Amino acid sequence: MQTFCLEVSGDFACFTRPEMKVERVSYDVITPSAARAVFEAIFWKPAIRWHIRRIEVLKPIRWINLRRNEVSGVVPAGAVKSAMKQGKGNLGMYVEEDRQQRAGLFLRDVRYRLHAEFEMLNNNPENNPLKFAEMFKRRASKGQCFNQPYLGTREFSCDFRLVEADTAPAQPLPETRELGWMLYDMDFADTTNPMPRFFQANMQDGVIHVPAWDSEEIRG
Amino acid sequence: MSLQNRYDFVLLFDVKDGNPNGDPDAGNLPRVDAETGQGLVTDVSLKRKVRNFIGLLKEEQPPYEIYVKEKAILNKQHERAYQAIPGGAEILASDDKKRKGGDKVEEARQWMCHNFYDVRTFGAVMSTGVNCGQVRGPVQMTFARSVDPVIASEHSITRMAVATEKEAEKQDGDNRTMGRKFTVPYGLYVAHGFISAHLADQTGFSDGDLELLWQALGNMFEHDRSAARGEMSTRGLYVFKHDSKLGNAQAFSLFERIKAELKDKHAVPRHFSDYTVTVDADNLPNGVELLTLVG
Repeated sequence: MQTFCLEVSGDFACFTRPEMKVERVSYDVITPSAARAVFEAIFWKPAIRWHIRRIEVLKPIRWINLRRNEVSGVVPAGAVKSAMKQGKGNLGMYVEEDRQQRAGLFLRDVRYRLHAEFEMLNNNPENNPLKFAEMFKRRASKGQCFNQPYLGTREFSCDFRLVEADTAPAQPLPETRELGWMLYDMDFADTTNPMPRFFQANMQDGVIHVPAWDSEEIRG
Repeated sequence: MSLQNRYDFVLLFDVKDGNPNGDPDAGNLPRVDAETGQGLVTDVSLKRKVRNFIGLLKEEQPPYEIYVKEKAILNKQHERAYQAIPGGAEILASDDKKRKGGDKVEEARQWMCHNFYDVRTFGAVMSTGVNCGQVRGPVQMTFARSVDPVIASEHSITRMAVATEKEAEKQDGDNRTMGRKFTVPYGLYVAHGFISAHLADQTGFSDGDLELLWQALGNMFEHDRSAARGEMSTRGLYVFKHDSKLGNAQAFSLFERIKAELKDKHAVPRHFSDYTVTVDADNLPNGVELLTLVG
């Protein structure tokens, strides 16, 4: 299977730890799940699934602390439905009444090389993997995307660049570190109740090998 | 008619003797990147101003109502008549059957997008119990960052009155209180934004809505005057229009074409005229057009 490599960089990033998501604290590095979303923002079809194989960390892990005013509410679907039906209503959310201040511990000045490959989900003969591979490469090399990819949250959009096979290899951060249990991805097998799955991330000289989705190293 | 083009934009705005965006963590000091000294303005702060401007301009009438409101612009009218989705039937009919069928959530989502400008522009989260009631808006903005480091100055100010009688007694009728106010003497900030035509399809964000967005970005500071803000104004709005939905070039390679630099590197900037903004419009990538809307 062909592996594709994207180099992504951004001023900030927040790969929120699920255990600290009220006052967001980012993981030390990008999660496979966020990396998959970067690939999907550029190219995705229902016939394929992206798998992240390797993450190269190219810049030192640095932090920034920011507090913002946020709202705590969501749009109540029930109220919307009744306003729709009656043709009148009082929708809207008043931010002063529904305000929360949340701090976030975000990453700053990040750069990664993400290595991924895609899997074909069914054997429809019309779905030629080569076609998808070329489409992805064409889009990524021209800077095309479905929506601008981002690093964890949408305000932290990122620059992306396709790394061709003949490009000089990356110079990952010379650092080895146990990153602990990290979110791998959400398991959407049961669409009504997606469950998170985790893996033990280990950075060896700036490189994190991502085990296969169905391997034993992945725990729910 | 939905958008046929991807857009990336650069917004340049400045502040003079004001606080563009206070940091609740630092007693409302202007936000500063502690490592570089550059000033920051969050994406949400800018989006708030877009919402307020649209709310003001369209007087909170559907289809330009604003969902996430600030009270300052609240209309007296509390009962709001919603049009029973004009064109909504077509929107729903044109959608493929899979998404329409089954749950009513999809219908509610379309209706929200139709009536509320900010929902179809920036998106919103709808609570449905199931993990599917979200609207992702086509417009995505980043933190704005100042070109050069900013210095926050603190000013002590006095008030010739007190709030409570108890305070008055304490001061034996002197009745004075001190307050603090923070300003940035001058800062030129740059924000980047992205508009995805594909996500615009999903929320019904139209060319007309886009015109409104440009108008809002150009004029939003003119209607956001307050004691804290000082003088803020949009100084530049440069839009890169791609001739396709997917786009024709890397957004960040386009952004690099807009540069603001101090004329005299050693001078202390105090006015927009201390900067030169260079716009490199030569040899734009194929199919990318640069529109200078402000600047």
